[in-house]
Amino acid sequence: MLDVLTGFVAELRHAGLPVSVAEEADAAEAVGHLPLEDRQAIKFALGATLVKSANHWRAFDTAFEIYFSMRGPQFSVGQDEALPGTGPGLVPGEGEGRMASTGDMEPVTPEEIAAMLFKALRDGDQVLLGAVARLAVARFSAMEAGRPVGGTYYLYRTLRNLDLDGVLARLVAEARTLAGDGAGVPDAAVHGEAPGGPVLRGRRPGRLTALEERLLEDEYRARIDELKKEIEAEIRRRLVADRGAEALARSVRKPLPEDVDFMHATRDELEAMRKAIQPLTRKLATRLARKRRHLHRGPLDFRSTMRHSLSYGGVPVEPRFKHPKQAKPEIWVVADISGSVAAFARFTLHLVYAIASQFSKVRSFVFIDGIDEVTGIFDRSDTVTEAVHRVNLEADVVWVDGHSDYGHALTVFYERWGHEIGPKASILLLGDARNNYHASQAWVVRELRNRARRVFWLNPEPRSYWGSGDSILEQYAQYCDAAYECRNLRQLEAFVEHLM
Amino acid sequence: MTASPEKGEPRFASVDEVREGLATAGYIADDGLSGVVYLADRLAKPILVEGPAGTGKTELAKATASFLGSRLIRLQCYEGLDEAKALYEWNYKKQLLRIQIERGAEGGGDARPLGWESLEEDLFSEEFLLTRPLLEAIRASDPVVLLVDEIDRLEIETEALLLEVLSDYQVSIPELGTIRATQIPLVFLTSNNTRDLSEALKRRCLFLHLDYPSLERERAIVLAKVPQVTEELADQVARIVRSLRSLDLKKHPSISETIDWARTLVLLGIEAVDSDTARSTLHVLLKHRSDIEVAAKELAVVSGY
Repeated sequence: MLDVLTGFVAELRHAGLPVSVAEEADAAEAVGHLPLEDRQAIKFALGATLVKSANHWRAFDTAFEIYFSMRGPQFSVGQDEALPGTGPGLVPGEGEGRMASTGDMEPVTPEEIAAMLFKALRDGDQVLLGAVARLAVARFSAMEAGRPVGGTYYLYRTLRNLDLDGVLARLVAEARTLAGDGAGVPDAAVHGEAPGGPVLRGRRPGRLTALEERLLEDEYRARIDELKKEIEAEIRRRLVADRGAEALARSVRKPLPEDVDFMHATRDELEAMRKAIQPLTRKLATRLARKRRHLHRGPLDFRSTMRHSLSYGGVPVEPRFKHPKQAKPEIWVVADISGSVAAFARFTLHLVYAIASQFSKVRSFVFIDGIDEVTGIFDRSDTVTEAVHRVNLEADVVWVDGHSDYGHALTVFYERWGHEIGPKASILLLGDARNNYHASQAWVVRELRNRARRVFWLNPEPRSYWGSGDSILEQYAQYCDAAYECRNLRQLEAFVEHLM
Repeated sequence: MTASPEKGEPRFASVDEVREGLATAGYIADDGLSGVVYLADRLAKPILVEGPAGTGKTELAKATASFLGSRLIRLQCYEGLDEAKALYEWNYKKQLLRIQIERGAEGGGDARPLGWESLEEDLFSEEFLLTRPLLEAIRASDPVVLLVDEIDRLEIETEALLLEVLSDYQVSIPELGTIRATQIPLVFLTSNNTRDLSEALKRRCLFLHLDYPSLERERAIVLAKVPQVTEELADQVARIVRSLRSLDLKKHPSISETIDWARTLVLLGIEAVDSDTARSTLHVLLKHRSDIEVAAKELAVVSGY
């Protein structure tokens, strides 16, 4: 057990979780207090001792499922399939022929699986649902032994074959007809075997209302999610059986949301980042507000010190200090939103607007080869998320061909809004400075620098790529106060905090 | 005394006992939750409870205290809390009084005045010590549950105050020496996660993330907390709330708001929620105007058919 635990903790550290030695010792002690055969109990014991942030739970969950999947009540794929009640037409697989045994599944046709799936979802039958998941993986995933993959593609292939959206539509349609026709059916029939599951139990027959339909659909969706989890678990179990826990853990290891690279994030990762940015900005705002209140102690306030010394007989026991009122900076964000760096621009805008109360004024501009002010969109929108979404639809940023042209965009920016830039403004220029070999017009940045308080450039590319190919960052950076590499949320947050 | 305070008799025999105990106190727990409480007792470690507002973090401490029959000592954190409010304070007025009496004795001459040493010893004795929640929890001879509420409101510097209490169950008072716990209290810290807590603090605690409950648990909570609610209504309430939580809202309905809503429905004498009742009572669940609009549209209750 101790060996497994050490390996598991090492994997967590690889995934980026800060696990101290003391916590590892706690985990070992905690496990000792619980029955070893209870997998769920072990999971919460490890979770409580090793994971100290809700953001890290996903990484922990993935690693746990891999490391402890073989040690659950089901010891191997073969044995598990021999369990009774897993569905018709199952041949118990032999230990070593697990992957090859998919060929023995022929007796179960896709139609049969679909029928079972429909029934399992309609009745909310957990056992049948698990069986369907196992059958579906065996039938559709077409796993190849020994391939170093994380199983995402197997999952995709299985789900595509199951056509879950279609099943959902059919389930709702069936409930609708049953409820509609139920007008003539005696009450007892509706009470007994409610066709639509628990949502409709005990309701009087009649057409489904919109609310009922929605609740029914959500119930089925929840069941489908459960099925997806079962399928994922099944694929993982097979992969572990094939290649061992450590190898698999390496292939599915995912970076924490705040470490994901903006430029190469997948859709799922972007979604995770979108969720992570909310608490991040809230924390940042609290921190900045506190910093503003506490840190800035000014010079000695002589008058006040003398006044207070009177209560100590003229001895200045308590020195008093001036608290200079800190001017809130004014922020101008000028962001490239062309395809390659769009995600980065979105997150930066999101972050800046989420802490807008820390600035006296925020103005934002987006460009590709044309440039447009989008401050108004943010003012009119209820939530930052909505505004960021609308920027992409409403801003007029294409001038000629919709390929980045920093030179033209900056020139127009300077001509139209340059005279409004005052000495309080901090300007953030966002982009990779890949100019498609247009003229750089770097003099604009020089002029901006003369007018504004500070000019920063944030680049989502790794520093080593700067200046390669058509990147002309160096030409702009020479006039900026500083240029920063900003590849993930962590770096972005650090920059904004430094900015204040 | 160098040994750490002895672990007393374990409070719970098994995880199931915790869950059933909490249920008698009206708190519906799942396995993970009761497991962490069980471990906290066995490992003698505090529990750090984190999660969105209104998911029953404070309630957990109260329910635990209530079914154990222990006293609940509560420390509400806020910005600016210091050791005089959290740990202990010398009773300055009483000390002054003592000094004055000493002076009077000197003048009157009938009793021999105390020397400086014995006076100092006298002034800084337990008689003049005002205990604050943390010290009180340490010194209690009866079983207590200590709740440190909303710890994320403390400044990061003040957090360090708690460390000695939480890891060694002792408090050092320069004038008196170290006061050790006679029994280890069960400690709950709650946090709304408005800032990251220090690593030092997190390391000393067991971590418990309380999220919105599953459908089954929420239904059980409504049934336990709202008398006179029918099972069908509780089921419907839990379902609608689950659907609302899947929407993109500013603030999702919390458990306490679910309970409020169920109470409202019961008071209004409603047995089944239909579109009209949902629309007219949605404001109990959601507190932002834009959220109410989104929810009404998504659940198709505006058109009201």
